[in-house]
Amino acid sequence: MGFIRKITRLREFMIFAIVLGVIVIMSFASPYFLNSANILALLLGLSIETIIAVGMTNLMVSGGFDMSVGSVVAFTGAAAAMCMDIGIPVIVAVLIGLAIGALIGLFNGFIIAKVGINPFVTTLASMSLFRGLTLIITKGQNIAGLPSSFKAIGQKVFLGVQTPIWYAIILVIVGDILLRKARFFRQNYYIGGNEKAAFLSGIAVDKIKILNYVITALLAAFAGIVMTSRLGAASVTAGTGLELKVITAVIIGGASLQGGEGTVIGAFMGSVLMALITNALTLLGVDVYWQTFVIGATLLIAVLVDRMGKIRKERIKKGKKGGVNKCNTQAMKG
Amino acid sequence: MSAYILEAKGIVKTFPGVRALNGVDLKVKKGEVHALVGENGAGKSTLMLTLGGVHKPDEGEIFIEGEKVSFESAHDANKKGISIVYQELSLVPNLSVAENIFANRQPVKFLNLIDWKRLYEQTKEMLSLFDIDYIDPSALVKDLSIANQQVVEILKAMSFNPKVLILDEPTSSLTEVEKKQLFKNIRILKSKGISFIYISHHLHEIFEIADTVTVLRDGEYICEAEVKDIDEDFLVSKMVGRKISNIYGERDKDTKPGDVLLEVKNISRAGAFENVSFSVKRGEIVGLAGLVGAGRTEVGRAIFGAEPVESGEIYLEGEKLNIRNTKQAIENGIGYMSEDRKTQGLYLKFSIKNNLISNRLKDFCINGLISEKQVSRNGEEKIREFNIITPGCEQIVGNLSGGNQQKVLLATWFGIKPKLLIVDEPTRGVDVGAKSEIYVLLRELAKKGVGIIMISSDLPEILGVSDRIIVMKEGKVAGELSKEEANEEKVIAIAAGVQTNQKECV
Repeated sequence: MGFIRKITRLREFMIFAIVLGVIVIMSFASPYFLNSANILALLLGLSIETIIAVGMTNLMVSGGFDMSVGSVVAFTGAAAAMCMDIGIPVIVAVLIGLAIGALIGLFNGFIIAKVGINPFVTTLASMSLFRGLTLIITKGQNIAGLPSSFKAIGQKVFLGVQTPIWYAIILVIVGDILLRKARFFRQNYYIGGNEKAAFLSGIAVDKIKILNYVITALLAAFAGIVMTSRLGAASVTAGTGLELKVITAVIIGGASLQGGEGTVIGAFMGSVLMALITNALTLLGVDVYWQTFVIGATLLIAVLVDRMGKIRKERIKKGKKGGVNKCNTQAMKG
Repeated sequence: MSAYILEAKGIVKTFPGVRALNGVDLKVKKGEVHALVGENGAGKSTLMLTLGGVHKPDEGEIFIEGEKVSFESAHDANKKGISIVYQELSLVPNLSVAENIFANRQPVKFLNLIDWKRLYEQTKEMLSLFDIDYIDPSALVKDLSIANQQVVEILKAMSFNPKVLILDEPTSSLTEVEKKQLFKNIRILKSKGISFIYISHHLHEIFEIADTVTVLRDGEYICEAEVKDIDEDFLVSKMVGRKISNIYGERDKDTKPGDVLLEVKNISRAGAFENVSFSVKRGEIVGLAGLVGAGRTEVGRAIFGAEPVESGEIYLEGEKLNIRNTKQAIENGIGYMSEDRKTQGLYLKFSIKNNLISNRLKDFCINGLISEKQVSRNGEEKIREFNIITPGCEQIVGNLSGGNQQKVLLATWFGIKPKLLIVDEPTRGVDVGAKSEIYVLLRELAKKGVGIIMISSDLPEILGVSDRIIVMKEGKVAGELSKEEANEEKVIAIAAGVQTNQKECV
């Protein structure tokens, strides 16, 4: 059994069980739930955050963190929209948007890996920086009237399913395989597990860390383009609070802030779970104001259950070795 | 009045599923240094924590000066006269020496404000106990050397007026000179009637400082002896439960080091090392000795590309190397096993098999994707080959004993099939049994023609294992000794820069 699977097996299994449970209960509780329109709406709703969560999982596995993704969504969407507004061809505008995203990632990554500023502080700063820049370049105005060929990116329906859902699903599958299996991405587990040891293991720690921020911001930029296209307009408030939603999903899915654990599938299920709960509460006619509360409770329960599982495992381990083991760890520090 | 200041009888301590201590006795006389020895897992720490009030014994009795006592907490044990100086210093780095020694018991004046003047005076008094006038009571602990931090730690324990002071591996981060100072301090306190329980892996220290020794094995009391009546072989055989004639092993007589493998020429980096030159032959184990801070680790890391070299040249197999990072070093067949396996060597949260592949993921890939099957196979192979005691390769490395962790790290680096392997403190915190296994493994590797640089602060290890010894001092190579001419005094003399037999040594 693979170590990644082993580390996160408990959490993934748990979320999967809960997701299934909610689906079963809801299919009895509401006739509207297991209805393809509702399911598609649900998936469409979580597609944007899922696209970003793929990058965020990779980043958090390496021990990184990015608060700026919501602002990147708004900034790149606005930038691409402004380009089209002044007559730049759609494809070039999209590429410019993506390039800006990559540059922001490079900016974050460079400061974090090379200058050594804490990821939270750095990306908290760039979160304000790029939200601010969005407001500055757009003068606070939304940009509408985008070309229809651009709108097609996020509005087209393929095999009865909207494109954003396709993007999300493809990215989750590819991302999961890469992070689990590919040599390059697997290095992130080692960096997150013990950065100093990873350096001595011959892993190019700084380069990979920077690349992780680039990938995350690039996916955020892609999400920004898809979102702008779907709405048919660039909104200056797009993606507000998205970073927290994404990070919540990734953590529910088994990652930790320390790094070294987490999977893309887990993060995806984390976002499905949150969307399901929101959807269920709506269908059951619960006051909308409860939704945020329930998301918070879900996150807390997920990490508590995980923690308790780990404590229990440690007890079992101690049961086998007990004080002898304790003695070892004491003496071993010498 | 009992003959013993501290007596523990038939101590049993059980953790879920295991008996860590099974009827252990310990008798400490007033004013003696009583060594407590045993391999990892023998129960030393559990006994120490039980005597220190951290654990409560399930069975057994503890007497202090003939009076039966039981401890509610560590604080309670302190009050009744037993203090522990832990191996991991428990000081607050950002506070002054005085505040650390009198933590929570600072003298106060009106309004409960701290009376700084009295605090510093009392601290000076404490320091004068050890004839120390070079530590300023108002200095911050983080600005002190490790040895001086330890002095503060001992004084902190002394401020409770203990009858018995338990020292847990007190020399693990001290240099030779500092160790001498510590022993001097112990003797001062001893002459004042304070008893010590001295826990150490370094057997030669026991012969230097202890009066009596108690041996534990697998939670059982094995024996007690007067140090003057016994020798090291006796202790080792009692600890391990079998005879190990020479833990360092012997070089195979038929094999000789081959031609030159590594040549380091005048490498320097400001503030770290200067004009360092030496060579390593194929199949040779070169010991790199010196005091802590002499620049040995820096040189090792520089050869490995983990730290820069500002000038000078490094040749491997006659070819000039231009290594800028650790990845290139590994590609060139150079490995470096860190001195600190927990923070820089291993991935403690990961399984054994995933640790083993950390420095060569490439070797386990098919079309860029990791093959779990190969990873597992490699794990099982290495566990067998290196005799790692564990249920299987899925085991999390953080759960292994120190010796087994070190074997995992060794196996990880043997895995790259190095031409040159630099091992930094290869047996630190490892018990005697695992130590001798590690030496055997290193000798086997050397026999295959690999050059080994062994950085070590453990002098008997340097003398016992090395084919040649290079001594560093203040960033420079201070001398070189062949196996035949080397002895403890000569190495210390060169390392500390004492002018004895200089000509002979250099």
